[in-house]
Amino acid sequence: MRRAGVVIAALIALAGCGGDDSSSSSSSSSSKNSPVIVSAASSMTEALTSCSPRDKLQFAGSDELAAQIEQGVKPDVYAAANTKLPDQLYSEGKLSKPVKFATNTFVLAVPKDSKITSIDDLTAKGVKIAIGSETVPIGSYTRDTLAKLPPAQSRAILANVRSNEPDVKGIVGKLTQGAADAGFVYVTDVNATNGRLKAIELPAEVEPQVTYEAGVVKGAKHPTEGQDYVDALSSGACADALEKAGFGPAP
Amino acid sequence: MRWFPVALTASLALALTFLTLPVVAIFINSSPGDLLDSLGDPVARDALWLSLRCTAAALAIIVAVGTPAAYLLATRAFRGKALAVTLIELPLVLPPAVAGIALLASVGPSGLLGGAIDAAGIQLSLATAGVVVALTFVASPFYVRQAMAAFVSVDRTLLDASRTLGVSEARGFARVMIPTAMPGLVAGGALALGRALGEFGATLMFAGSFRGITQTAPLAIYDTYATDFDSALALSAVLVAVSGAILLSVKLVHGGEVLGGAPR
Repeated sequence: MRRAGVVIAALIALAGCGGDDSSSSSSSSSSKNSPVIVSAASSMTEALTSCSPRDKLQFAGSDELAAQIEQGVKPDVYAAANTKLPDQLYSEGKLSKPVKFATNTFVLAVPKDSKITSIDDLTAKGVKIAIGSETVPIGSYTRDTLAKLPPAQSRAILANVRSNEPDVKGIVGKLTQGAADAGFVYVTDVNATNGRLKAIELPAEVEPQVTYEAGVVKGAKHPTEGQDYVDALSSGACADALEKAGFGPAP
Repeated sequence: MRWFPVALTASLALALTFLTLPVVAIFINSSPGDLLDSLGDPVARDALWLSLRCTAAALAIIVAVGTPAAYLLATRAFRGKALAVTLIELPLVLPPAVAGIALLASVGPSGLLGGAIDAAGIQLSLATAGVVVALTFVASPFYVRQAMAAFVSVDRTLLDASRTLGVSEARGFARVMIPTAMPGLVAGGALALGRALGEFGATLMFAGSFRGITQTAPLAIYDTYATDFDSALALSAVLVAVSGAILLSVKLVHGGEVLGGAPR
């Protein structure tokens, strides 16, 4: 699978530069404009790829990227689809004080010709739903949202879940391939499918606040450039790209 | 000095260290107690049980279809045989992501045969049957290749002798070829079993991940490693033990010559 390959390749690449500080010191001081190594939530794939093509970007579930950092992998920047994971790394002294840089809208996504028009249609028997697994932000937003619904409705929807995907790309893939009938993702993921999926907004009272946070990883090879990158997520080329993709400004 | 033997030994030592260290690390990081605990975890147990069931089903299909197919390839010469062998071997070198895409494009809901499969009332994606399809696809070549080699190496005079005694080819296949080629067939089955047990990418892309239905042990490891590295380690250790046991039992039963000395 593509993501597993990316993660493994990134682990090898990042372990190589983060693992032993003695050998890497010579290369880190050499160039000022060296590419920044960024670990970012996969919901930002399109936006960040377009605004910083020269940097080394790896995209995966925020939780997996956090786990890599916990295991000693040291990208320069960690940008997550929630505030919990960066805050946790910060409290452990593994990340600089994280900055809120964007928001996203949590929506119900369905194929464009679907007959599903609201969250109420998800309780029908035979509706196949793909959601994020419990550990990834999209999955915990989904569970928080469902918990705010009446218990019977929440149970019926969960009973229709057929796949717990490790990240949003997996959910979108199941929807665009017709394997699943509905899924909970971010509105930016729907926008990125060029009309193959449509987004259904959730009632305001159950919609979760989705805030993205980023920080510089402690012990990173390019801390200055990393900080510049984090700053540019709030104002700069990447902020523009995020806005274009449908992200909202930081709260 | 005699540098060449030294270089050979150094290479072997390097290879052994590199290949063994990651596996050893799994066991160093998880005590036997952790291992048993992980087997008590219902998520891990469901994943292992599903892995075993799907692997067994895939292996049954592979052996049932692959054995006669391998026999035919081993005993006949026909136009396009080299092409057929290459096509059968192709999944062997396909990246798992490509296998996943290929399965989606062919037997996925919007794939080539998706409509027909749906019309037949069969659901593959997001269903256990889809896992079996993915495992069968990636593991088949391991068996067929080995089985072909095993049949080729059977002394043809044995079969010819049985034919001159008036034994039909079907009987010769069942009574002479299969028993004689058995070590090779078992070895091929073990390799296919190991590959199926470890399948990850194609399963996730094609079948999804849901506890008890499509979440095999490798998927459960992937799902838990971010938040619960210890559980992931323990489940990994179980898979190492199972895979190691398969390899070892085949070697013991068939006196080592099986996996090491594939018939040629």
